[in-house]
Amino acid sequence: MKKFLASTVAASALALMLGMASARAEDTIDPNAKQGGEIIATYKDDVTTLDPAIGYDWQNWSMIKSLFDGLMDYEPGTTKLKPDLAESYEISPDGKTFTFKLRHGVKFHNGREMTADDVKYSLDRVTNPKTQSPGAGFFGSIKGYDDVAAGKADSLAGVTVVDPYTVKFELSRPDATFLHVMAINFSHVVPKEEVEKYGADFGKHPVGTGAFKLAEWTLGQRIVFVRNPDYWHKGLPHLDKITFEVGQEPIVALLRLQKGEIDLPLDGIPPAKFQEVMSDPEQKARVVEGGQLHTGYITMNTTMAPFDNVKVRQAVNMAINKARIIQIINGRAVPANQPLPPSMPAYDKAFTGYPYDVAKAKALLAEAGHPDGFDTQLFAMNTDPNPRIAQAIQQDLAAIGIKASIQALAQANVIAAGGDKAGAPMIWSGGMGWIADFPDPSNFYGPILGCAGAVPGGWNWSWYCNKDLDAKAAEADSIVDPAKSDERYKMWSDIYAKIMADAPWAPVFNEQRFTMKSARMGGADNLYVDPVHVPINYDNVYVKDVQ
Amino acid sequence: MIAYLGRRLIQSLLILLGVSLITFALLYLLPADPVRQIAGRSATPQTVENIRQQLGLDQPFIVQYWRYLTKLISGDLGRSYIQRSEVTELIVSRLPASLLLMVGAILCELLIGLSMGLIAAVKRGTAIDQTLMVASFVGVSAPQFVVGLLLLYVFAVRLSWFPIGGYGTWRHLVLPSLTMGILGAGWYARMMRSSMIDVLRQDYVRTARAKGLARGTIIFRHALPNAILPVIAMIGIDIGIFMGGIVVVESVFGWPGIGQLAWQAIQRVDIPIIMGVTLVSAFAIVLGNLLADIIAPFIDPRIKLR
Repeated sequence: MKKFLASTVAASALALMLGMASARAEDTIDPNAKQGGEIIATYKDDVTTLDPAIGYDWQNWSMIKSLFDGLMDYEPGTTKLKPDLAESYEISPDGKTFTFKLRHGVKFHNGREMTADDVKYSLDRVTNPKTQSPGAGFFGSIKGYDDVAAGKADSLAGVTVVDPYTVKFELSRPDATFLHVMAINFSHVVPKEEVEKYGADFGKHPVGTGAFKLAEWTLGQRIVFVRNPDYWHKGLPHLDKITFEVGQEPIVALLRLQKGEIDLPLDGIPPAKFQEVMSDPEQKARVVEGGQLHTGYITMNTTMAPFDNVKVRQAVNMAINKARIIQIINGRAVPANQPLPPSMPAYDKAFTGYPYDVAKAKALLAEAGHPDGFDTQLFAMNTDPNPRIAQAIQQDLAAIGIKASIQALAQANVIAAGGDKAGAPMIWSGGMGWIADFPDPSNFYGPILGCAGAVPGGWNWSWYCNKDLDAKAAEADSIVDPAKSDERYKMWSDIYAKIMADAPWAPVFNEQRFTMKSARMGGADNLYVDPVHVPINYDNVYVKDVQ
Repeated sequence: MIAYLGRRLIQSLLILLGVSLITFALLYLLPADPVRQIAGRSATPQTVENIRQQLGLDQPFIVQYWRYLTKLISGDLGRSYIQRSEVTELIVSRLPASLLLMVGAILCELLIGLSMGLIAAVKRGTAIDQTLMVASFVGVSAPQFVVGLLLLYVFAVRLSWFPIGGYGTWRHLVLPSLTMGILGAGWYARMMRSSMIDVLRQDYVRTARAKGLARGTIIFRHALPNAILPVIAMIGIDIGIFMGGIVVVESVFGWPGIGQLAWQAIQRVDIPIIMGVTLVSAFAIVLGNLLADIIAPFIDPRIKLR
């Protein structure tokens, strides 16, 4: 008991010292928010699954966040971490032990209280190969992960239930991203009895501790969420009911929004209608714009000639007219000059990258021994606007003598070509561009620019592998102390600057998110372009017309 | 008759087997790895291999196909890779909507097509005939995506006669049925016209006319029943065209049928669903053709089943 008390005190002290973890979640409630009301949101595609261990598309991501909770979360509409199911946490000085103290009285939708056993069960489940979780790899730093992943153990040795309200994590290496990992959907807490009851169909019968519970799921038609009256976060959620209607073409959804039939067309404004909407002041007023943790880029296969020559890659960087490409997508992006997007910590505002300079690009190409250019292939996804963007890139390359033929293929085929070392000389990442899993600079490195991703079937389509940078990345991520986060971010900025000197990518743009809503929707704008609860923070939005 | 049926059933089964083999082989040869789709972009190579093993996708083609077939015989279409639900459940939950749309579309095409064909045949050679035939040509060639959006814009958005997409009441059914029906109506108008012209040339019609019967009586009581039957027998063969059409029309109108399911599955390389929907469609087409052939002799005694 004494130890328990001590850890709490230590955690609070740490929290106060660092100015984090002490913010009580209750403080974030909007005083203008009205309670009650129902909304209708639409999607084109079916919702695949609502199992937090499995769901990994931008459609179910925010829905799962409203049905389930994790130990950590973010301040609504921001990338600022805060404890969620945890009341407080403590990090050991060596950065390898994280101890979380749980909230009391948090109940699952089935009425049972959530305890530390559920936290452990949920992590054992997500890492168990039988679960086939796409997120299992996020937990690689927990002790015992390798045994579970290899099927040699059923339980993570590094996760210990100290008492019903305390859970301790021991890591095999210091991991600065661990608090983020405790906030991603894959670590959300599920009740064992419900998982066992529904088996592989748990994703269709989700039971969590979240602000909403699932009331109805009619396959191919609608999913209905209703307010969880026992939600531990008093005063949330504001809405009584959310109906997600699926199978609605974006253009049809927009027509329905204009007629006042729906509130949130979640596939966004169709490109063909964007100008029309934005030139009408009444409609434009209901569009919220925000940054995303996204970068669109061109990869150059650094193991294939002539892209094995850094001068050729730099020349490509200088040949791309980013402003024109952004025009193709109606100005729905900002030009990028580095891998990280502007809303990500460690983004270097002072970094200027490669200027658009055709003459210099040609000179570089000549220096590399290709004064007349060369023939190559540019892979791109075959859905609009990507073929059009690929054509613009093709023209830009032609201006410096590079003749690129476009291979416009289905997403899966482009991914397959990128994961094959001899598959694709150049890829335009549109439609598959990296969107961060959590707001931390390391998340833009490992799989897409680090050596670990430069493997067959990997996502490092440049096949860029710089062992020095891998070592630096590991060093940066071992700085766990949040007080030293600035130092850590500086290291990451340097890593990305060094990557840009090697130019495995030509960063093109960072997409902006545009969410359109009905006039009755209330709440701060950033709740509609939430960088983490992508795109909508359902727990905190409300409707203005309830009595 | 029994022997004929038996032979046709065996033929149908062989066709279905062939469809399953070809589709399975094409999906196997696809240069896209379904396991990477399931595992997502953050998966470690180990996760990917684990999933590959569990799904049996590390096995050679023949083993995979045999496994699929043996499960298929017990009615198990497998589990969706992406949605993780039973494919049978996904298809069964969506089939009624597609069948309803099909019925609506058949009604529309018969109603529009047969009346157009009838009028054109009776008014043969006049401006009305020519106008109707041009209209039927437009109907046949207009892309369903465009027709659907046009109908939606005019009748739902502008006039508010019908809801803007969705499912549930008869009002929801009208526009998608019409969109699907317009295509078939073009064909039926042409078939009905030529069939009616043939019948109107027959001796018994001439006799009826010579007896001094009223024009309406001749057309509706004597000529129409004979002209319409061969056309109706074509419905069974239409099912193939419908199966293609529902993919587009269901997307436009947000109609929760198997067409939408197929479209989403193709985009996500969700092989079990693609297989399932393909087999169900092939089954429907085979069944439709079989029924059309079986009822043909009842409609036209000159046709014999052999």
